[in-house]
Amino acid sequence: MDNLPKIIAFACNWCSYAGADLAGVSRIQYPPSTRVIRVMCSGRVSPMFILEALRAGADGVLVTGCHPGDCHYISGNEKAVHNIELARSLLALLGIEPERLRLEWISAAEGARFAQVVKEFTEQIRQLGANELQAAGDRQP
Amino acid sequence: MRQAKDRAEETDESPRIGVFICHCGHNIAGYLDVPALVESARALPGVVWAGDHLFTCSDAGLAEIRAAIARHRLNRVVVASCTPRTHEPLFQAACEEAGLNRYLFELVNIRDQCSWVHMNDRELATAKARDLIRMGVARAALLEPLSEAELPVQPEAAIIGGGMAGMTAALSLARRGFAVTLIEREPELGGILRHLDRLYPTMVDARELVARRVAEVREQANIEVLTSATVQAVKGYIGNYELTVRSRQFGPEMELPVRAGVIIVATGAQEFKPFGLFGYGDDPRVLTQQELERLLAESNLPSPISNLVMIQCVGARDETHPYCGRICCLTAMKNAMRLKERDPHTEVYLLYRDIEVHGTHFEDYYAQARDLGVIFTRYTPDAPPQVADGRVLVYDELLGMRLSIPYDLLVLSTPPVPAAGARELARLLKVPVDEYGFFLEAHVKLRPLDFATDGIYLCGSAHWPAHLDEAISQALGAAARATTILSREQVRSSGAVARVEESLCRGCERCAQACEFGAIEFVELERAGVLYRPGPSLGQKIARVNPVLCKGCGACAVVCPTGALQASHFTSRQVTTMIQAAMGH
Repeated sequence: MDNLPKIIAFACNWCSYAGADLAGVSRIQYPPSTRVIRVMCSGRVSPMFILEALRAGADGVLVTGCHPGDCHYISGNEKAVHNIELARSLLALLGIEPERLRLEWISAAEGARFAQVVKEFTEQIRQLGANELQAAGDRQP
Repeated sequence: MRQAKDRAEETDESPRIGVFICHCGHNIAGYLDVPALVESARALPGVVWAGDHLFTCSDAGLAEIRAAIARHRLNRVVVASCTPRTHEPLFQAACEEAGLNRYLFELVNIRDQCSWVHMNDRELATAKARDLIRMGVARAALLEPLSEAELPVQPEAAIIGGGMAGMTAALSLARRGFAVTLIEREPELGGILRHLDRLYPTMVDARELVARRVAEVREQANIEVLTSATVQAVKGYIGNYELTVRSRQFGPEMELPVRAGVIIVATGAQEFKPFGLFGYGDDPRVLTQQELERLLAESNLPSPISNLVMIQCVGARDETHPYCGRICCLTAMKNAMRLKERDPHTEVYLLYRDIEVHGTHFEDYYAQARDLGVIFTRYTPDAPPQVADGRVLVYDELLGMRLSIPYDLLVLSTPPVPAAGARELARLLKVPVDEYGFFLEAHVKLRPLDFATDGIYLCGSAHWPAHLDEAISQALGAAARATTILSREQVRSSGAVARVEESLCRGCERCAQACEFGAIEFVELERAGVLYRPGPSLGQKIARVNPVLCKGCGACAVVCPTGALQASHFTSRQVTTMIQAAMGH
């Protein structure tokens, strides 16, 4: 992983992706570790996507969505909580550190918070070291 | 199905992707190695053309996209520039003008989420942009053309709630020539203002003001008023809602159908009744502010009153209602001033936790109340006032003394709470309420008068306790928002909705349970089973998506155990491909 981990970040279109944009508009600097995938809702992030990211070699997966009560689709973020819990239990079965997966609520107004979350999570993953699945060379196309 | 045919035709061709990398002046090119990005983009699978431009969103840039589509027979376009939240529609329109379906466009954000946030590390920022472009190109190769349904718009509005907000919105729309059905639960129009005395800060007569507005509504030919009426059912979608309204306006209860292209929610709020607090409900000398105001308006107050005590934040900013009622400080000051005007010898004590007055008008109003001799006494929530034997005991924070104040009347300021039936109405409309039961807008700043559900708007205290001027502004705003739909003959639904691969559906109904919008129904498979073998058999129930109701969130695709439900434009394959591309696969 060199010194900079690679993180797949899912951001919901309505809140968190907008928050990430605001960090940019505000020129708040954060580590270039994330590769953002825009989804319409955090509730779209299937546990399969998370497993696929870790299998493909990501060192961490960040899922971001609207704060509770703010979901554009009424309850998608509640579904995300459930999906992330499910993914976490799968990670435990596979012997992957659960700290490699993180769920955060970031509103469209929270540019600084998006940057802060990326900073903290990058540092956390750095401490954990490279993803074992990747280190074991278990890469598949 | 035209949609299916289009998809087959256009995706049979192998992808011919064009990549346009934007300098955004210095904003991108100043921090990323754009020529290197162009070089690496050219080498990506499916890319037949890649180039850069100073400003891709300029007329010249858009013209170049259109020209390249024709010249290189592009069937996918990727622009790497800024955020899709602002620029996607512009580039999609350029694609459409060149004959390319708008869903065959992909925008890669290398500015807001790359060059602007990694200004000090050109190498790593360029590496990230290279990954992002690889991800976008990989997704683009899997994009499918989608079609948008065109829906006719019924040029009529249904407005639920006939208070000041609802009436104002109704008049605004009616004067623009749209038919309005105004639905009021009470036997009379007017809402909460019918029971008020004066309005802060101008002290105009509330009932006179509301009577004038009611008369305007009654005279307006485009408005049909239904009183003693409640909404029982809501069907349909933007442009074509169908409400069932139960009314006793004409004597016996009857059910009336109301058609509407848009719906405005203006159901207001009501005063919280603090039974059990400070003797309310037991002691006839204990009233709420609204009850006091009604007595003032009707000149029914007992005379003389030598001591009147008001307590603020009763049942507010506590566990039951953690929010500030917002209107209560000004309401208390208003009624206190009216009491002083009526009889200067009446001592009015106003016991408060914090005074919430904002702006110059309201701050002046507070000063006026002090000048008139209203006595403001601050208490803290850990030492709240207590009531015993016709006296209020309170520890005055500022004096550092315990006071014992006798009262003839004790008036409690309580917060507005959502109108009765708000939750039920929210359920019928499939719109959200917040944790207290107030209606919740689509976005606090970007769409403050819209619901997330298209074609439904909100205004006034149904949303949150509003001052009257705010309720009126919001009503005019909601009417304007509604006009953006009513003035069109047709609206287009999004093409990025869920779809069902029927051969994979087992009819487990998990998708329908996950859908918040009632967009999935189960129908018996009508075609012969031989179409899908192995697959669902004739007569088996399978999922069908109503593309007009579907919002494209993709929750159904996550819970589907067979992959039959797919979120178009965000399919599992498209997302998985991006993940792999991000990792260099």
